[in-house]
Amino acid sequence: MSVVLQTEPFEPGALLTAFAAGRAETGAVASFTGLARSGAGATTALELEAWPGFTDVEIARIGEAAAARWGLHDWLVVHRTGPIAPGEAIVFVATAASHRREAFEACDHLMDYLKSRAPFWKKEHGPDGARWIEPTDRDRTDAERWETP
Amino acid sequence: MARVLLFGRLADVAGWRERTIEAGSLSALRAALARDDEALGEALAGPGIQAAVDKTIVRGDAALTTTSEVAFLPPMSGG
Repeated sequence: MSVVLQTEPFEPGALLTAFAAGRAETGAVASFTGLARSGAGATTALELEAWPGFTDVEIARIGEAAAARWGLHDWLVVHRTGPIAPGEAIVFVATAASHRREAFEACDHLMDYLKSRAPFWKKEHGPDGARWIEPTDRDRTDAERWETP
Repeated sequence: MARVLLFGRLADVAGWRERTIEAGSLSALRAALARDDEALGEALAGPGIQAAVDKTIVRGDAALTTTSEVAFLPPMSGG
């Protein structure tokens, strides 16, 4: 049950191995890794800004709610901040539950939240300069899927 | 006095991220910022900009003390 914000790159395989280790009662671990895309050369770097003490607290609140809703045994969110090169992992989410459906759904839900509502600000640097990215309509409708039970 | 934090494109518009400004309320702070920098005033009044006082999102006005921390937050996008 934790949130990690870090500027250093991380290795998703190592995170998943550590997350899944030593669980005798967990039948399912689901995970998602988001990578920075280059968009056919349009993006040379991403820059992600967080507000420590606010961003991590908000993510933890959503994680705790997801844990209660899907009966999770555990969950983990690792999110990069600062400059990120194409091909590097930006975000890692893992969930542990008794059965796969709960693990999948909670992981999907946490990612939809992170994409549309988590307090991050994202800037794309490219050959034509830099621009701030805001959530797309698709991100918003993905997140709205979870609002009515 | 309130500590003011700008995030995302707001910091680019203003050319600063953090500043201490004299204001007794959120509305007075907005007015002071707009008086000082018209472009920032317009950006702060734009759609989707939220204000947080002491790390809690507030809608409408709020009183500020000398230890208040006010953040202006553009639409958020992670992952």
